[in-house]
Amino acid sequence: MSAVPQMFADSAVVAKRNLIKIKRVPDLLVFTLLSPIMFILLFAYVFGSAIEVPGGGNYREFLIAGIFAQTVIFGATITGAGLAEDMQKGIIDRFRSLPMSRMAVLVGRTGSDIVNNVLTIMVMSLTGLVVGWRIRTSVLEALAAFLLLLLFAYAISWVFALVGLLVPSPEVVSNASFMVIFPLTFIANTFVPSEGLPGVLRVVAEWNPVSAVTQASRELFGNLGANATVPDVWSLQHPVLYTLLWVVIILAVFVPLATRQYKRAASR
Amino acid sequence: MPDVIRASGLVKRYGSVTALDGLDLTVPEGTILGLLGPNGAGKTTAVRILTTLLDADEGTAQVAGIDVRTDPQRVRERIGLSGQYAAVDEYLTGFENLDMIGRLYRLGRKRSRDRARELLGRFDLTAAADRPVKTYSGGMRRRLDLAGSLVAAPQVLFLDEPTTGLDPRSRTDMWEVIRELVAGGTTLLLTTQYLEEADRLADDIVVIDHGRIIAQGTADQLKAKVGGERVELVVASDAELLPARQVLAGLSVGDVQVEQGSRRLVAPVSGGAGVLLEVLRQLDAAGVAILDVGLRRPTLDDVFLSLTGQPAESSEQSDSGLVPQEAA
Repeated sequence: MSAVPQMFADSAVVAKRNLIKIKRVPDLLVFTLLSPIMFILLFAYVFGSAIEVPGGGNYREFLIAGIFAQTVIFGATITGAGLAEDMQKGIIDRFRSLPMSRMAVLVGRTGSDIVNNVLTIMVMSLTGLVVGWRIRTSVLEALAAFLLLLLFAYAISWVFALVGLLVPSPEVVSNASFMVIFPLTFIANTFVPSEGLPGVLRVVAEWNPVSAVTQASRELFGNLGANATVPDVWSLQHPVLYTLLWVVIILAVFVPLATRQYKRAASR
Repeated sequence: MPDVIRASGLVKRYGSVTALDGLDLTVPEGTILGLLGPNGAGKTTAVRILTTLLDADEGTAQVAGIDVRTDPQRVRERIGLSGQYAAVDEYLTGFENLDMIGRLYRLGRKRSRDRARELLGRFDLTAAADRPVKTYSGGMRRRLDLAGSLVAAPQVLFLDEPTTGLDPRSRTDMWEVIRELVAGGTTLLLTTQYLEEADRLADDIVVIDHGRIIAQGTADQLKAKVGGERVELVVASDAELLPARQVLAGLSVGDVQVEQGSRRLVAPVSGGAGVLLEVLRQLDAAGVAILDVGLRRPTLDDVFLSLTGQPAESSEQSDSGLVPQEAA
């Protein structure tokens, strides 16, 4: 077998191993799935009572795409925590002493974490439907939205792969992720319309890729109110393209960085 | 016999700390080299370099004739590594762990499974094969980890402190397994802090400290270096110390030490059991009553103490009751 199919075969073995863990430790999955449900309910009923959507749209419809985006990004931290745990327990050493592909541990890890995010999106969609969210376009467009969310989360997974290989323990990944992900997902149009934000924050929010992926999902689900206007910035006028651009940039930077770090990572 | 492991002038620095300071090693085919040293001596660093996990700052190393730096992937195809902590996945079952390793060695689906079953049987883990490793005891995890390093039937095996933290019975079992492996022709580099372990298993021993070799040879050669055997005896009463001392002085090859409080006498001798017999005969003739007597050969602990000026296991030192009774 040549190098690339071999790499995917090895990655599949690693991914299978990660998925077995989800099966063996169901508590982990339960909490991963419960927190987005909680978020949807909290935001829909607490914030939803006070936040006005421009153009007179329904806040719950407005909210769901934002929560999707935030949750799949948090899902990407599992990649970092998982790798940090493998480093800590010496399993990475075992992998590195085997004649397997040098990328398989990372490709397998990020790959199996997509499964996690797919499950999360399914649960969130059901919760959303219960609180009044609707897909007002076609199945195809909705699928495109889900795909874009997963793709963006996959790219972020590689960022956390690098983080996971650099930090001393999985707890550090979780703590660090809060520091990064909260501002990243709040200074955006996820929970409130970006138009209302003060000066600098507004510019940041408009060019934040999280805003773009949220905006793209809203459009693809048909969740923008009938009279909604899209801010006149390129990133939000072309949210799908802008999101894809970020995906490409993040992968181009972090796949090589994480792979290099894996090769040199000395277990601690 | 060709050297299966050959390292020369290995240097590894971490900032201002020099973990390895010009280490040379050779291990002939089918033999066991015991790499011995206290914590932080550089044992693990040496293993990590030889198993391609770490690049040396200076020096070269070949394993199975292949350079570890320039062709690491081919080295990995020929080695097995079992680490200091059991690097097995605790959420997977024993079978799943070995099967996964087989697949990653690219044995294929069927051969991986067959090999996993075979090794589980050999390491007495068949009954636990389908239980998650989380439920395993420490000894079982170590055996599984060792089994993992054998999946591809490697030519060269690296065991980094394979019995650290095991209870005495598991340790003896592990030694048994290791001996069988080497009888089958595997070349083995074993690191350990346990001098007894190196004594029991290794053909050759290299003692390192601060990343440098401070002694090497067979266990017997190392012991001979520290000095020969001694007769130790404990007499029944203080009045018998003097006559006992006179007997020992006549047969000893050095100074006789007398410990008043414990009524113990120690005398370096040469001539083995014959000398001991003569000591007993003369003590009997002199009417000295003894409580305990023995011929003591130096252990590797003595070797270590004399080479480094510190005991091999400082943690045990604090437990061994050396604190003066008066202090309590």
